[in-house]
Amino acid sequence: MASISFETRTIKVLSGAGVLLFLLAIFFVSPKPARGIPAFARKYGLPCSACHITWPELNNFGQVFRDNGYQMMNERDSPITRDASYFPITVRITPQWHMERANEQLVDSVPGDGTSAPLNQSVTTSGFDLSGMDLWFAGTLFKNVTFSVLPSSDENASFHFENAFVRFDNLAGSRWLNVKVGKFELDEPVSEKRLWTLSGNGGFYYIYHFLPYGDANPFGGMGDNQLGVEIAGHSVNSYTRYAFSVLSSDDGQPGFIYGGTSNPTGRTYDYYGHFEQGWNTSGLGGGFLKVGGYVYYGFAPTYYQTSGGASLYGIGNEPFYRAGAEIKYYANKWVFKGVYMHAYDNAYLANGIPSNSGPLPAGAQAVVWNGGFAEGQYIVSPQWVILFRYEGIRMAQQANTAINSNQSNMDAFTIASRWNPFMFSRAGLAIQQEYSVVRSNGVTSLGGVLTPSACPATSNSCNVLSQSLFFGFDFDF
Amino acid sequence: MTRYIRTAKNGVWAVLLLIAGLALPAATFAQDLATHADGLTGNAAEGKLLYRRFCVGCHGIEGNGEGDNAQWIDPKPRDFTEATFRWRSTPTGTLPTDQDLYDTITRGVVDTFMPSWEPLPPQWRVDVLAYIKTFSPKWKTEKPGTPITIPPEPPTTIESVLRGRELFNNMQCWKCHGPEGRGDGPSAPTLTDDKGNPIKPYDFHDGTRFRCGTTNEDLYKIFMTGLDGTPMPSFADILKPNDAWDLVHFLRTLQPLVKSKSRDLWVEYAKTHASEIKPIGAGQ
Repeated sequence: MASISFETRTIKVLSGAGVLLFLLAIFFVSPKPARGIPAFARKYGLPCSACHITWPELNNFGQVFRDNGYQMMNERDSPITRDASYFPITVRITPQWHMERANEQLVDSVPGDGTSAPLNQSVTTSGFDLSGMDLWFAGTLFKNVTFSVLPSSDENASFHFENAFVRFDNLAGSRWLNVKVGKFELDEPVSEKRLWTLSGNGGFYYIYHFLPYGDANPFGGMGDNQLGVEIAGHSVNSYTRYAFSVLSSDDGQPGFIYGGTSNPTGRTYDYYGHFEQGWNTSGLGGGFLKVGGYVYYGFAPTYYQTSGGASLYGIGNEPFYRAGAEIKYYANKWVFKGVYMHAYDNAYLANGIPSNSGPLPAGAQAVVWNGGFAEGQYIVSPQWVILFRYEGIRMAQQANTAINSNQSNMDAFTIASRWNPFMFSRAGLAIQQEYSVVRSNGVTSLGGVLTPSACPATSNSCNVLSQSLFFGFDFDF
Repeated sequence: MTRYIRTAKNGVWAVLLLIAGLALPAATFAQDLATHADGLTGNAAEGKLLYRRFCVGCHGIEGNGEGDNAQWIDPKPRDFTEATFRWRSTPTGTLPTDQDLYDTITRGVVDTFMPSWEPLPPQWRVDVLAYIKTFSPKWKTEKPGTPITIPPEPPTTIESVLRGRELFNNMQCWKCHGPEGRGDGPSAPTLTDDKGNPIKPYDFHDGTRFRCGTTNEDLYKIFMTGLDGTPMPSFADILKPNDAWDLVHFLRTLQPLVKSKSRDLWVEYAKTHASEIKPIGAGQ
């Protein structure tokens, strides 16, 4: 009898929790919910879901639209076909509550006393917060001439140009020849800029930014927008696509300064290429499958030509590369994505040693690792999408033989729900819940960059756990 | 121990029921009507979700062409509840074939807000089509018309072009489409569709693609089927097949942006016979 009461009570509690969740959902939903461009929706009169699985992530229709230079190719693409009051601008920001927790953090045993003995401790913070803000202008200057300017700020309104480019579309009347010049997102196997997970540990793809502990390569990663020129082309339904870019070796930082540093560069170019091919499938909801491959081959300086001691430009440029393959499947209600990466950084880059300094120190060597992610999304309705993602990175060769073989290995899990209470062609609001957890060996993962933790580099079993819990209202207009 | 296992099982069931309950509103129960196009069979239940993702903004949740965005759109989105369709291979007044509708979804409608949905997999397009057919009872009570027969196109000659020009003049096509095919004939400002919305005749001069396709056969079909719901009637009872082809050949001369043999022949003819060419619409 007691057992029955216990079970009944359990079910009641669960049912109660369900009702509470439902009521909360209704409460939050009654008033609707990442980088979508309502300016286009307004121009063409389509709801967000026409181009996005959930904004800002593109579906194939949106991909074709983007590949056409943000054009529908319906003779109504040039701005002259629109009312003069139409202005292609979008603003996006995300008020949010989030919690961040990481264990194995070094703290002072006496708060405020930096000379006191350090302790290993878990650190938890939470509160209401803001994301950065995007103020995006994008559209056509003329038929087959596309532009984009995206001043983007951090949460304190410090702005930079996230992208700024002009694109000449359908050159020689062929969709296989499009040229883009400026700062832009690489044609990545899976776009990170259009990723809709937003939490501190889940808001990016680690493999696009990952550098192992101790690696001194200043390259911020394939996930960063880059400065250069891109030649791209696609088939009518974008099942076949290619892109090839020549980029300044500066990680997208204007002024011949290497991104993320104050060091000059300006003597070398990086190269990126991506190809993908898709096929319709008859099973699994009659969707389509895409496979592809990519290579990024770049250089970064290891020392500098100076004048009076001041650095003029980067020299001793040493190579690194990222290469891999992807597979994506789009069914009516399901989306699956998988990306693999193999990465290599030259020994001088990896160890932060000028390449003119003679033989490498004992134990120093190139660093090599492998990584990848698998992501699944379920489209409950055009307005509600659920996501699960696993990402893993394994070191194949450390920068120095003294470093443990598993140092910097990591695993990341993210689960998220994104719900748009309304869906039309003017604006977007997404209510998002997300949990992400990252386990990394000997280091703490923050934004794809690994930082030292309390764990010693010689430890074989010191796992640092970083967790994020996120509730946000992501809107754009 | 058993008690805890049972409790855990019940808990799992409760959670599953909760998830199922939340997912229920997304479930679809649309009734299937036999729909076949491009060698595929449509599934209306699958099409419902796709319709709501891609189509609902203009065509509306009820398929009546009154989506949120419809008020800003010109021309207006199709009202599926009436089952009146313009671009068909079937005679006027009949339902189109599934393939006709599939082709329209795939091709889009140039110079309107209806884009080409070719980026969607074929199965999705057929599923959407199956769902669209649930909006009108006509699809249950009527069969699609039998597609018209399009005879082989005769050779393009200057004689054919000239006969077509005469037909264009005598049948007073110019009253709507204008003497130069710019869609600016004297009747053009007065034209409305069957819902009373103003409608513009096709502008051959600036247009490169027709809303029904790009080929001469597509153009031929327009004369013979008409564009139901618009002032463009079917001329199937008036035009013989060769007359229709003559008209097709002449209409191509009105398209300076489209390279065609008709246009080349006409340009050459006009250079040498300028004095013999009477203006279209003169004296009528």
